[in-house]
Amino acid sequence: MSVRIIPRLDIKGPNLVKGVHLEGLRVLGKPERFARHYYEQGADELFYMDAVASLYGRNSLLDIIERTAREIFIPLTVGGGLRTSEDINQVLRAGADKAALNTAAIARPELISEAARRFGSSTIVVSIEAMKKPDGSYEAFTDFGRQSTGMDAIVWAKRAEELGAGELLVISIDREGTGEGYDLELTRRISRAVSIPVIALGGAGNVDHVLQVIEEGAADAVSLASVLHYNFIKCAECLEDDYSAEGNLTFLRREGKGFGKIADATLPELKRHLLAHGVDCRWEGGWAA
Amino acid sequence: MSGGASVRAAIVDYALGNLYSVAHACHQVGMAPEITNDRAAIAAADLIFLPGVGAFGDAMANLRRLDLVNPLKDLAAAGRPLVGICLGMQLMLGQSHEFGLHQGLELVAGEVVRFQNPLGPRGPLKVPHVGWNRIHRPAEPGDPWAGTPLAVVAEGQYMYFVHSFYAKPRDPGVILAKTRYGEVEFCSALRQGNIFAFQFHPERSAAAGIAIYAELAALARRGRES
Repeated sequence: MSVRIIPRLDIKGPNLVKGVHLEGLRVLGKPERFARHYYEQGADELFYMDAVASLYGRNSLLDIIERTAREIFIPLTVGGGLRTSEDINQVLRAGADKAALNTAAIARPELISEAARRFGSSTIVVSIEAMKKPDGSYEAFTDFGRQSTGMDAIVWAKRAEELGAGELLVISIDREGTGEGYDLELTRRISRAVSIPVIALGGAGNVDHVLQVIEEGAADAVSLASVLHYNFIKCAECLEDDYSAEGNLTFLRREGKGFGKIADATLPELKRHLLAHGVDCRWEGGWAA
Repeated sequence: MSGGASVRAAIVDYALGNLYSVAHACHQVGMAPEITNDRAAIAAADLIFLPGVGAFGDAMANLRRLDLVNPLKDLAAAGRPLVGICLGMQLMLGQSHEFGLHQGLELVAGEVVRFQNPLGPRGPLKVPHVGWNRIHRPAEPGDPWAGTPLAVVAEGQYMYFVHSFYAKPRDPGVILAKTRYGEVEFCSALRQGNIFAFQFHPERSAAAGIAIYAELAALARRGRES
């Protein structure tokens, strides 16, 4: 079975943003632009995360989903601030294929079964934000790691599967935005505890980290942002028009600043690295490196 | 119907399915798609899509409630091109074992069964089978894809799958493509006369999948003109 590589795009209003470690959100550009680039370079799916998840931002998010779905023919998962079946219905109608639930599912687990029943299990992804505790166990969090739940992340993963989740997105709060690598133990423990696919997210700083979370973390799919985004914004020819308006880019492109521990790569570079190490992933000729 | 007009595609809306991505793919290849559960609109279409995501039993219950079971069977029998996708493919079979035994549309003889603890080189495989996997020609003399919507697809092409169940047609002659998941080789596409069905999602399978939609549009255009 091939492993899926899923670029993650954090969206705030009309913009793609990236949380730079300890420095807050920075605007990187138009999400559709990045989405198209990744599609052409062999992304297996895309994941849009509403970084603000406010009611006011919803229409702009729906527009972005619709424009993406019209011209990009790979699966699109949308998450962030989806609270009801109707919220899920809206993003699916706009053209998303799957909806990722976290906060609302923890507050009311029946939302998972209701949504799975109405839209099909394979449409419902439950995202689990987890933080490691001093005793070595993992606790589930909500609201981008700000809100503790007192719930064991592995117990919650099994419960989400029972309720009808089609996939689990496992996010390490400790690693998120650090570029220090995925939390392999977290991913492995959840992946071994359930029979549904597990997508690892949080911490990728280079192509070896991706290989590790597949081989040692038993991830069925891998989502990542900075490694890919930094590569795309570095390449000047990708950035003609609409970037002039984005003040943050000069800052980000200045060598070293903002890139932290990230060794950027293109999708074909990442996939070639995996294939060279015996990991099966979708490969087609013609993808530019 | 004039030869130059867009191919009218009816995307059957029975409240379960990836209707919008199917509609986007139809638009992309110049078809005029309509998401509908209206019998007259479906009967007037050049090409009928039966998409689907969800449970077999619910799907058949919805089709019965909307009184679409017999109209779909009649249109299929009259030679109208009918395309099943994912659950829509499974619905074409005689019966399914998903959460109890359910009767399908019975357009294609056979049954629908679940993956049983599939095993891969690294250990147990996940169910549902989610992701990109290869489709292969069945081993038979000649080229089984010639003259079908798969004619434009490369042998071993990756397509996007999401499913826990798969179709087991009784007549191996209807199998158009095979895919391996663990030790199981299953029917990932079938063709029986004017009926085409794909277990994968061509509308989510990038350029190769959209090429299949273009072939379906060409097929419907030829059918309309003949």
